[in-house]
Amino acid sequence: MSSVTHDDVLGHGHDAHHHHPTGLMRWVTTTNHKDIGTMYLWFSFIMFLVGGTMAMTIRSELFEPGLQIVQPEFFNSLTTLHGLIMIFGAIMPAAVGFANWQIPMMIGAPDMAFARMNNWSFWLLPPAAVLLIGSLFVPGGGAAGGWTMYPPLSVQLGMGMDMTIFAVHIMGASSIMGSINIITTILNMRAPGMTLMKMPLFCWSWLITAYLLIAVMPVLAGAVTMLLTDRHFGTSFFNAAGGGDPVLFQHVFWFFGHPEVYILILPAFGIISEIIPAFARKPLFGYASMVYALAAIAILSFLVWAHHMFTVGMPTAGLLFFMYATMLIAVPTGVKVFNWVATMWRGSMTFEAPMLFALGFLFLFTIGGFTGLVLAITPVDIQLQDTYYVVAHFHYVMVAGSLFAFFGGTYYWIPKWTGTMYDEKLAKLHFWSSLIAFNVAFFPMHFLGLAGMPRRIPDYSQQFTDWNMVSTVGAFWFGLSQFIFLYVVLKCIAHKGEKAPGKPWEGATTLEWTLPSPAPYHTFETPPVVK
Amino acid sequence: MIRNCRGSAPPRFIGRALAALGALPAAALAAPAWNFQTPVTPIAREQFDLHLYIFWICVVIFIGVFGVLFYSLLKHRKSVGHQAAQFHENTTVEVVWTVIPFLILVFMAYPASKTILALKDTSAPDMTIKVTGYQWKWNYDYIEDGFGFYSTLATPFDQIENRAPKDENYLLEVDHPLVVPVDTKVRVLITAGDVIHSWWVPAFGVKQDAIPGFVRDTWFKADKVGTYRGQCAELCGKDHGFMPVVVEVKSKDDYAKWSAEQKKALAAAADDPHKLWDQGALVARGEKVFNANCAACHQASGTGNAAAKIPALVGDAVVLGPAKAQIDIVLNGRNGMPSWKHLPDTDIAAAITYTRNSWGNKAGEGLVQPAAVEAERK
Amino acid sequence: MSAPAPATGTAPAYYIPQPSHWPILGSIALLLMGFGAASWFNGYAYGPWTVLAGFCVLIVMMFGWFGAVVGESERRMFSRKVDRSFRWGMSWFIFSEVMFFAAFFGALFYVRNLSVPDLGSIGSKILWPDYTAAWPTVGPYIKDTFTPMAAIGIPLINTIILLSSGVTLTIAHHGLKAGHRGQLKLFLFFTVALGALFLSLQAYEYHHAYTELGLTLRSGVYGSTFFMLTGFHGLHVTIGAIMLTVMLVRVFRGHFDAEHHFGFEAAAWYWHFVDVVWLLLFVLVYWL
Ligand code: HEA
Ligand code: HEA
Ligand code: HEC
Ligand code: CUA
Ligand SMILES: [Cu+2]
Repeated sequence: MSSVTHDDVLGHGHDAHHHHPTGLMRWVTTTNHKDIGTMYLWFSFIMFLVGGTMAMTIRSELFEPGLQIVQPEFFNSLTTLHGLIMIFGAIMPAAVGFANWQIPMMIGAPDMAFARMNNWSFWLLPPAAVLLIGSLFVPGGGAAGGWTMYPPLSVQLGMGMDMTIFAVHIMGASSIMGSINIITTILNMRAPGMTLMKMPLFCWSWLITAYLLIAVMPVLAGAVTMLLTDRHFGTSFFNAAGGGDPVLFQHVFWFFGHPEVYILILPAFGIISEIIPAFARKPLFGYASMVYALAAIAILSFLVWAHHMFTVGMPTAGLLFFMYATMLIAVPTGVKVFNWVATMWRGSMTFEAPMLFALGFLFLFTIGGFTGLVLAITPVDIQLQDTYYVVAHFHYVMVAGSLFAFFGGTYYWIPKWTGTMYDEKLAKLHFWSSLIAFNVAFFPMHFLGLAGMPRRIPDYSQQFTDWNMVSTVGAFWFGLSQFIFLYVVLKCIAHKGEKAPGKPWEGATTLEWTLPSPAPYHTFETPPVVK
Repeated sequence: MIRNCRGSAPPRFIGRALAALGALPAAALAAPAWNFQTPVTPIAREQFDLHLYIFWICVVIFIGVFGVLFYSLLKHRKSVGHQAAQFHENTTVEVVWTVIPFLILVFMAYPASKTILALKDTSAPDMTIKVTGYQWKWNYDYIEDGFGFYSTLATPFDQIENRAPKDENYLLEVDHPLVVPVDTKVRVLITAGDVIHSWWVPAFGVKQDAIPGFVRDTWFKADKVGTYRGQCAELCGKDHGFMPVVVEVKSKDDYAKWSAEQKKALAAAADDPHKLWDQGALVARGEKVFNANCAACHQASGTGNAAAKIPALVGDAVVLGPAKAQIDIVLNGRNGMPSWKHLPDTDIAAAITYTRNSWGNKAGEGLVQPAAVEAERK
Repeated sequence: MSAPAPATGTAPAYYIPQPSHWPILGSIALLLMGFGAASWFNGYAYGPWTVLAGFCVLIVMMFGWFGAVVGESERRMFSRKVDRSFRWGMSWFIFSEVMFFAAFFGALFYVRNLSVPDLGSIGSKILWPDYTAAWPTVGPYIKDTFTPMAAIGIPLINTIILLSSGVTLTIAHHGLKAGHRGQLKLFLFFTVALGALFLSLQAYEYHHAYTELGLTLRSGVYGSTFFMLTGFHGLHVTIGAIMLTVMLVRVFRGHFDAEHHFGFEAAAWYWHFVDVVWLLLFVLVYWL
């Protein structure tokens, strides 16, 4: 281990010369939030490609009725891993990547509160990914019980399921450490004068997300631990023969799972809340109520989990309670939507790529939110549960929601990260191509679900053929569109493009824009003073 | 076709365009389905209406919100020279747009609650049927009448593997559909034997998870004679996609006739568990039972599948050992080995006898009589 | 790790550690342990060895990493602000542990109040005609019987032990704040000893359960919840006791002073948390 000399002690002169490891070891050992943010974002993108490739295989198999490409069991593994990889490998790490890059810069902190632990939070992800993806290649095949891993099916599976369980444990540890870091950074390391209610909304959204993560990841760990002991040590948590109940797993899982979906969307809300005021050149409307809405969503998210279980045969009182509680979430979410619209109202808008993605987000997320509301209506959900309508719902909120927001966020901040402006033409092409392809791929799934196509099936009856074909075409188009994104990002990294000024966006107001572009390796070693 | 569209004309052109694109016989494709199937029970009808009601409210809100937004996008852009205002707060509007959505939700929740109360009301049924899900078939038990049967996918494998043209009810056809009388309140008790399944008939508005070890109930009262098709709606392993639910709703007379036939057939086919079989006959029967139930895992050749941790039965110690131990495993299952309690004693005895005398196996206790199985049951 | 304190002698504004290879070692350790355990449970002979290898790496990593932090602390690299970060960090970590236990307490609540009564209800008679709901239970199908663990006896003694350890720990803390190193050493030692005593009694209790009461992990959902809750608690007591032992060693090496002893406090917080969990366990698992 390198010895500590005082020039690595921040606050002791900016001309400090660093003898940091170089090459690969720089990335392996780094404690710098920008390096770690970069690694998170790349990891996320790679997982997006892996999960996307699985989705393409799923869509190809579903292009027409009959079994063409994969066997049913492998299909189930693909669905399972697609879900797990996209959620835990692509969306969550992307959000943490943004947090790492932006939070210290936005609150005027020198780095994250626990820089070394920050490194570990990231470096736990590759082993988890190895276990997850590796599970496909062990005897017995990968986990094939859906990303929800319901027992007793998941008790039947082979070694791949155990690897998945341990992967979930490791990812949970990573998320918990990451969240502790983020909360501590936000609570303790704000620049003088930056009160909580002056903090950029992106930081607020992450403060609340991190709280949700710390509250629910351990619960998921508990659930999969019980699954593990049921599988190998003869416990009966989920086995009626011993007095347990398979439905118990579902309760514990969704107690994690529902807050989890807000973990996926709240950071996206935060990014949108930065982009819209910047391009409307007008302060965010209703800052305080935006914060309260985030908090309200977070609190309500603990009370609605059983809306995923309307068909397990709950008592009437349970159905009513969980329906009402779920519907209530529309109120704070509505407040956010209205506030964004009001922010744009009488602004002076321009439509660069970040703004386009923000608008695409707003439009499509709202559709996804409304289908969520339809699903919240218990009697309707009884028809739609476990159909493609649900698949449509969650891709609207997660792909057109979270993912679009992250695309927007990348275009918004990449000038700051790389010092180079992105290629606006191509970025706009990426937007329009993604927008249209996304709807071609996922809108028909509503019809499929309504007409009665179950999810997680490798083959279907013939009346579902047309829409599946449309959907597959859209899915491939959507997937290919992402190469544009990759190209635009690589161009920025290679500095092929205009040099970015410190503040490329006229309407941007947050602290990171006071720094030069690209942001220096260490920033805010002396905290700025916020008035 | 079971597909039924309600509402305006579906966009056939997309289907057509794709049919051409994929060079598929257009004849195989009809208008794409895009809403709930036509309901035939009161609950399904309520669900249908509720869905449309919620849907239209959402559409109206959507148009309202995005109408404002698009107006703003057109008028309040920099390129048309609009100057940004600087307001950023207004408590009144904030309260308004918190309260109004809340009120809208109340209007949604009210009819929904009424439907929930109705669909949970399983009291006073005219008949009761027990449905048990297995990997990958359904078992139907007519509790009052004392007969029952299994219902398995009838689509031939050749169609699934694209070696034969798919027929109209591809994947939605079974050997023995559930048969019920029209205009009768049927209470359905649902459970499962291995993993969670979900019994779903869209036209009835019934979807109920089948939880192993627990009994859940639901009900329906179909008011139209016909055949209604659904599928298992909970991932249950490899053949989850091949586990259809088919219900035939018959007129009351036809139903009475059908059920009388069933009872007669049942009496005729019943095996006396105390009958003493000779080994040849039992092995012959056992081969059928084995290939229908056990070969999926242990293989028809009895060689198992080492990768999936399925033991070979050829030369297996349990198979060659005392019969009691084997009966115990087959009856009760162990780890990955399912329990076969639900099979009749004679079938279990036959399968066991078959394993003990096949593929070169020559067990000491070669012949296992049904009575021995009966004795092991508790 | 033998660097001089900052030239100025004052704590830096915010100490950001150098690049470090400890985290990646930790990741390698967990990869080995995860893959090893998965293999082990599926009967591969290399499994346990892989877990062992991972565990060794983990131990090395913990010694190295925590050693580095202790070194930094002793060189007074941590300003007030860093200290506050540690406090937030530890509090949220304990909150995550609370939620971990909440999952198991939730499971206990659910089986006792929902699933077991459901299995014994009229509606379930077609599946389990002879089962009457009761607690404790092995469930409707498992045949083995067992005697449940009585609350009065070892569990009660253990409650007293843990509660006293909380008191001794507080006395030690007071000693530290008042500069009475002797009191600190003695009572910290008592605390660790009480922790060890607790663990030995629990080990004895487990042995008793397995050999005489017939109470095992396989004893239906009672056995499952019993061993899962008490087992994870025992694991946490072990971790807490190790933390306190490390603190004891540090005390003997002359670490900590009246102002500067967050490491000690963190261990104490953790110990009190473990204490509270035990009280819940005693009431909900053993007593009711
Ligand atoms: C980013 C992730 C995300 C988000 C944000 C949401 C948001 C919501 N979800 Fe979704 N959901 C998922 C991800 C997400 N969901 C996933 C992954 C699943 C499936 C898991 C699985 O089974 O694999 C799922 C499944 C799911 C189900 C279970 C379906 C089933 O399996 O049967 C339900 C049921 O209630 C539901 C409801 C909702 C609701 C009410 C919201 C609300 O938060 C939406 C609120 C938003 C709006 C309503 C729009 C904006 C509001 C206005 C413009 C105000 C005015 C509106 C009115 C007054 C109506 N979701
Ligand atoms: C945020 C998470 C997320 C994201 C981003 C996606 C993205 C996509 N998902 Fe997602 N999906 C889930 C989360 C997500 N999904 C979850 C949780 C489930 C439930 C799992 C379960 O049931 O257990 C699910 C289930 C699911 C199903 C249902 C499977 C089933 O029930 O059997 C389908 C089917 O079409 C599908 C399709 C897609 C497609 C086409 C994309 C596309 O958006 C992907 C586009 C990306 C790429 C294609 C990668 C980039 C390009 C390349 C690598 C180049 C190669 C590409 C080509 C050759 C075109 N998903
Ligand atoms: C779903 C897969 C599956 C099916 C279907 C199945 N088995 Fe098994 N069987 C297994 C597995 C897995 C084991 C190993 C159980 C264990 O590890 O304890 C097993 C074990 C056995 C054994 C004990 C072998 C030994 O050496 O321990 C016998 C005998 C047996 N099965 C017979 C049958 C018969 C007879 C049938 C049909 C009526 C059948 N099996 C159907 C999966 C199956
Ligand atoms: Cu049975 Cu899915
Ligand atoms: Cu949810």
